Parts: sequence; structure tokens; C-alpha cells
Amino acid sequence: MKNKYLGYFTNGLIKENPVLRLVLGTCPTLAITTAAINGIGMGLSATMVLVCSNLAISLLRNIIPDKVRIPAYITIIAGFVSVVQMLVKAFLPSVDSALGIYLPLIVVNCIILARAEMFASKNSVLPSVLDGLGMGIGFTAVLTLMGMIREFLGAGSLFGITVTANHISPMIIFLLPPGGFFVFGMLVAASNAIAKKNGKKAVEHLGCESCPSRAACEKITENKEESSNEQ
Amino acid sequence: MNSSTTIASILLAAILTNNMVLSKFLGICPFLGVSKKTGTAFSMSVAVTLVMVVSTAVTYPIYTYILYPEYTYLETIVFILVIAAIVQLIEIVLKKYIKPIYNALGIYLPLITTNCAVLGITMLNITNELSFVQSLFNALGAGLGFMLAMLLFSGVREKMETADIPEFLKGLPITLVAAAIVSLSFLGFAGIGG
Repeated sequence: MKNKYLGYFTNGLIKENPVLRLVLGTCPTLAITTAAINGIGMGLSATMVLVCSNLAISLLRNIIPDKVRIPAYITIIAGFVSVVQMLVKAFLPSVDSALGIYLPLIVVNCIILARAEMFASKNSVLPSVLDGLGMGIGFTAVLTLMGMIREFLGAGSLFGITVTANHISPMIIFLLPPGGFFVFGMLVAASNAIAKKNGKKAVEHLGCESCPSRAACEKITENKEESSNEQ
Repeated sequence: MNSSTTIASILLAAILTNNMVLSKFLGICPFLGVSKKTGTAFSMSVAVTLVMVVSTAVTYPIYTYILYPEYTYLETIVFILVIAAIVQLIEIVLKKYIKPIYNALGIYLPLITTNCAVLGITMLNITNELSFVQSLFNALGAGLGFMLAMLLFSGVREKMETADIPEFLKGLPITLVAAAIVSLSFLGFAGIGG
């Protein structure tokens, strides 16, 4: 019984890591990881929203009508995002200015909507909270790792402490947008290599399997195939 | 500086220097997910541009006349709900009155509600303290910039299908590396349009 609950929690850490295995929440992953500390700030804010929204949605799962569930989820998530936004603004103004617009954009972070749709709407409260916590910590870990890599290569420091900047001139390109895409590409390649070694499938596409708008997206892909057949 | 040059510089900045996808990382999901073919990439970006401009036209007055200054903390929740409603409305109106456009764009609309580029641009307009007209042009520019990035990248991806890719990079990693190179080319625009 205990192991089952532990499983809900550890699921999001490695096996179904939201960034590297489910490939969700790509936008904040690329945008704010210019410093390790930003990764922690973003990750923890998203974790808090994820835990709270999973809790609320799991409690309301039998009340929300199926047809309007996505707008209902978005409203719940937006409420918690506003709370977190105000808390961060009040107590951690430096994090607030570093994350800027990406803090309110947690609303449209697909990890949160995906977990609401895939997990919280089908499971009871405790597993949902544990799932949110695990996913959030997995998200934070990858963001921090990526922030460390980019900060180390791009600014020669780690968590704001100068490491190599005085000896080797830092490669600023890693702090710029191309560096974000490149480092993320390499991280996915590395995680794919590890997954293959352990007999798991490599991630080839964006997180379609766990995406909340998958049905709409698949329609486009089907249409595409039809039109290519016509040609 | 007269107003026409400001609008031109806002447009240029939104399309090139502050490109939605390649320098602000907003709308990465459609950028990577719907960019396999140039045709779909084009229709998707037309739909995004349309929703961006209409949402800006609605959210900006709501913020300026209703939320500001007392209820600014409601920005996030109000904006996302308004955008969701607008997307539904656009879908209904197009379906009823402009059938050809609905047939071309309709399937893309449900994807746009949770597109961070749309919510992002409406919020950036407020954060950057633009006027109403400037906001509209900023939204238009952001949409066109999204389109430019999508079209360029779909071209790159169509070439990539036949390329010989190292085994460990196959799939998502090579797509991201290609995006890095496309984004590198946009760094060259830094300084244009201020």
C-alpha cells in the first residue's frame, strides 16, 4: 500500500519526467533557464500550482461536467497561478523580476493542464497530490540542471558564484536563445540514450501522448496525411 | 519621432528582433509540433495571428478601463478566460458566416486557447505600457513573426526528412538543434527597429 503511493510520487521524477520524457512545458524550460536560480524559482512556483490544482481538480472531479472540463480546469489553474504570482511578488521580488511574464504564463504550461486531464480527473485526492508533487520536483530538477549548464557555459558561474569566468572567457551564446534550444536538444539526446540503454523507447516527438490538446492536434495530422495522399 | 515611424519600429521589432518563438520562446508547442509541412504551418500561423489581434483588441480595454488600477491582480485569470471565450466565438462566427475560412482554419482554433504566445502577447502589451494602437500593431507583428519563424522552420524540416542524421540525434533532439540554428540567424537582426 505504501509502495503504491510512493510510486505515484516517484513516477514524475525519472520514469515520466515531465520535461525529458513527456516533453511538456517546453516554453518555460527554454526561456528562463539562463541561470540555475531561475530554474529553481520557476520549478517551485509551478510545483505549487501543480499540487494545488491537482488537489482541487481531484476533489471536484465528480462535479465538473465533462463538456466544460477544460475551461473549468483552466479557471482553477489560473486562480492558483494568481495566488503564487502575488506571493512571489510580495516575498521574492528578485525572482519575480527574473521570471517576468513567464510566471503568469504558468497558466498555459501544458504540464499542469496535462496532469489535470490525465491524472487528477481520474484519481482520488492523495495520489493526485503526490503525482503533482513528483511531477513538479521532476520539472524543477530538469530546469535547475539546464540552468546550471547554461549558466556555467554562458556566464562562467554557478548559482551566481563565479567559477571559471576569470580564467576562461564565457560563451555568451549559451545564454542567448540558440543556446537554449541547443542545450535542450542535447539533454533530450542524453535522456534518450539512457532510456534506450534501459530498454525504453526514445522520445521522438513533442509530448503528444500526454498533451491536453492532442485530439485537436491529431485532426490536423490526419488532414495532412489525406492531403499528401491526394498529391 | 512621429507615430508612423514608431508603428513601423514596433512592427519590425515584433517580427524580427523580439520574435515570439525564436527569442521569447512563446508558442514552442505549435512551432515544433505543427511545422512539419509548410501548408499547415501557414494556416496555423494565420489562425494565431487572427486570435492575437482580436484578443489584444478585447483584453486591452478590459485592462485599462475595468481592471486598472485596483484589480490588476486579476489580469492572469481574466485574460485567459477572455481569450478562451474569444477563440470559441471566432470559431462559431466563422462556422456560421465565413465557411471557407472556417474550413481552412477551424481545426487549428481549439489548439490556440492554451497557446502561450496569445496570452503572452496580451500581457506583454500591458507590461510594456504600449498604447492601444501600438498594442494592436505589436500583436500583428508578433503574429507575423510567428508566421515567419514557422514558415522558415517548416522549410528546414522538410529538408531534414531526407538528411542523414546521426542515430543519437534522431527525432526531437535534431529538431531542437535545427531550431537553435534558425534562432541563431535571427540574432543577426539585433538592433533593427529598436
